[in-house]
Amino acid sequence: MSIELRQVSKRFGDMAAVEDVSLTVGDGELVALLGPSGGGKTTVLRMIAGLEVPTSGDLLVRGERVNDVPVQRRNIGFVFQSYALFKTMSVFDNIAFGLKIRKTPKAEIEARVGELLRLFGLEGLGRRLPHQLSGGQRQRVAIARALAPRPSVLLLDEPFGAVDAKIRQELREWLVRLHRELHVTTLFVTHDQEEAMEVSDRIVIFSRGRLEQVGSPREVYERPRNEFVARFIGVLNVLELTVRQGVARLNELAFPAHGVPEGGTLRVGFRPYAVQVSADPAEHPLRAVIRQVYFLGVQMRLELETPSGLVLRTRISKDEFLRRGLEQGIPVSFQIREYRVLSTGSDGLAPEVSTVHTASHWAEGI
Amino acid sequence: MAGGIPRTARAAGDAKSRRGIEEPAWMRRVLIGLAVAFVGVFLLVPLANVFAQAMAKGWPAYQKSLGHPDTLASVRLTLLVSACCVPLNLVFGVIAAWAVAKFQFRGKALLITLIDLPFSVSPVVSGLIYVVMFGAQGVLGPWLDARDIQIIFAMPGIVLATLFVTFPFVARELIPLMEAQGSDAEQAALTLGASGWQTFRHVTLPSVKWGLLYGVILCNARAMGEFGAVSVVSGHISGVTETLPLRIEKLHQEYQAVGAFSAASLLAILALVTLGLKTWLERRQAIEHARGQNDSPSLP
Repeated sequence: MSIELRQVSKRFGDMAAVEDVSLTVGDGELVALLGPSGGGKTTVLRMIAGLEVPTSGDLLVRGERVNDVPVQRRNIGFVFQSYALFKTMSVFDNIAFGLKIRKTPKAEIEARVGELLRLFGLEGLGRRLPHQLSGGQRQRVAIARALAPRPSVLLLDEPFGAVDAKIRQELREWLVRLHRELHVTTLFVTHDQEEAMEVSDRIVIFSRGRLEQVGSPREVYERPRNEFVARFIGVLNVLELTVRQGVARLNELAFPAHGVPEGGTLRVGFRPYAVQVSADPAEHPLRAVIRQVYFLGVQMRLELETPSGLVLRTRISKDEFLRRGLEQGIPVSFQIREYRVLSTGSDGLAPEVSTVHTASHWAEGI
Repeated sequence: MAGGIPRTARAAGDAKSRRGIEEPAWMRRVLIGLAVAFVGVFLLVPLANVFAQAMAKGWPAYQKSLGHPDTLASVRLTLLVSACCVPLNLVFGVIAAWAVAKFQFRGKALLITLIDLPFSVSPVVSGLIYVVMFGAQGVLGPWLDARDIQIIFAMPGIVLATLFVTFPFVARELIPLMEAQGSDAEQAALTLGASGWQTFRHVTLPSVKWGLLYGVILCNARAMGEFGAVSVVSGHISGVTETLPLRIEKLHQEYQAVGAFSAASLLAILALVTLGLKTWLERRQAIEHARGQNDSPSLP
C-alpha cells in the first residue's frame, strides 16, 4: 500500500473542501482523481504532498502516518498545473534542483539529469530557460524535475489542462508509457472524464468534497454507484417518469414501475449507445424524427425528437448510419435496449443504479 | 508596391480613417509644445542653472568649495546615513512584501496602509515624532539621558528619521511583483526538499531581483536627498550632524552661492544617475515582463 487516506477532512473556515474521504492506492498504480472543479480533488492531492494539512483524519504513506511530516521530508514529487518552473534557472538546473538540495555529488547529479533529459526527449535543451520552451516541453521538464530525486509517489495537478487538444492526446499516451517504464505510484487530478478513463488504472470520483466512487474505468462506466457518477462518466439520457396503472410513463415512453407505488416518481437513465434507431418505421415500437446530426468522425451523434417533443441523445457508428439510410429530418423508429433505474422516489436515493435492465422484452407491451 | 495600392492613396486613406479618433495636427503640436515648454522651464533650466552657478567662478573655485572640511564631512555623513538606511529598508521591505504577498492574515490591509504612511505624512512631522520620543523633554528623554545615549541632534536620530521617510520604497516595489508571481514556484521548491531559506535564496530572490534593485535605487536617492525630517532632528552642527542637503541650505543662507551650488551639483548628479539607472531598470523589467519570465540562471 503506497498511500492511504483514513476519513480525511479538510475545512477552510466554514467551507468543507474535503469531507470524510477514505482511499487506498497501491504501489505502482496510476490513479485519476476525477470530478467537477471545486470538488476537492486538488485539495486531496495537496494534502498528500504536505502543502495542506488535513483538519481531521489520518494520512499514511507506505504505512507511516505523515500528517505532521513537513512537505520537505515527504519525498513526494508534485507537478503543478502551472508547472511552476524556476524561471531564472536553466532546464538542467530546474531538474537538478531537488538533487542539489539533497547535496548529491556533482557527478551523480549530471548522470541523473542526463538520464532524465534523454528519457523525456529533452536532449540538447538543458541550457535553455523555461520561457524558451514549448508548452509540452515545459510540462516534461516539470515532471522530470519532480522525478529527479526518485520520489515514492508522483502527484500531478491537472497535467493536461494547460496544453491544446492535439498535444494533450500525445501527452496522455506519453504519460501512460512513462508510467509503464518507471512504475512509480502516480495520482493525477483531472476534470475530464475521457482523460481519466483513457489514462488511469483506477478512477476516484469526487463531488463537492465527497468521494462518490472508486473503481476501474470500466467499473465506473458500467456500474456507476449513483446518478452523479452515471451522469459524470459519459453521456446519459435521464427520464423522470410517473407511475400510472402500474406502468411508469412519460409521454409516449413507458417503463416497468420497479416497485414504485401508483403516482410515484421513477427516474431512469440510459446511455446514447443503448438506443437503436431504424429508418424502417415498422422495425422498432417507438417513433421519432432525427432532429439533428452531429458528425464526430467514426461516430455520429443524433438527437431524436418524439412526436410529443421529448429529445433523446443517441450515438451510432458512421457505417451503420449510412447502411441504415439515416438522414437529418427523416422519421425513424427506435427502442431503448437497456437502461438503469436511477431512483425510485423524489428523494434522489439510488438503490439500483448499477443494475442494467433489458428493455427489449418490454418494448412490445408499449 | 504592397497590395498594388499606390502609396499616396493608402496614406490618404489612413488619414481619413483616423479622422474623428485623433486630434487635428495643430492641436497635437500645441499640446506637445506646452508639455515640453513646461518641463524645460521648470526642470531643465533650473538644473542647468545649478551647474552654471556652481561654475560661476571657475573650476578651481568649484573644487575649493567642495573641498571645504564641513562640506566633505556632510558628504561623509550623508553616505553613512544612506549606508545604514538602505540595507535596513531592504531587509524590512523584503520581509514586509513577503508577508503581504504570500500570507493571508487579519489586518493585512492595515499593514499595507501603514507601509504607505510615510508617503502621506509631512517629513517635518515625522522628524518631530522622534524629537517628541527621544528628545531631552521627550518621553524617553530622561531615561536615555541617564544612560548617556544621545539620539536627537546626533547621528542615530538622523538615521531614524531617514528610515521613516524611506521605508515604503522597497516594500511598495516588491508587493505587486510578488503578488503577481504567486507562490507555485516556492511550493514546488518545498516539495523538492528545499527549506524556507533555500527557497527564498534560490527561487524568490532571483525572480524579484530587478524590482528589488529598482526599489533600492529610489530608496537611496530619497535617503541622500531628505531634508525636512532630518532638519528637525539634526541640530545643524556643522561638520558633525549636517547632511549634504542641510549643508546646502546653510551655505545658501550665508550667501555663499558657489559653495551652495557646488554642493547642490553633487545632489543633482546623484539625481541624474538615479534617473539613468531607473530608466535602464524599467526597460529591463519591461523586456522580462514581455517574455513573461526573468532570465539569468542562479545555481543553488
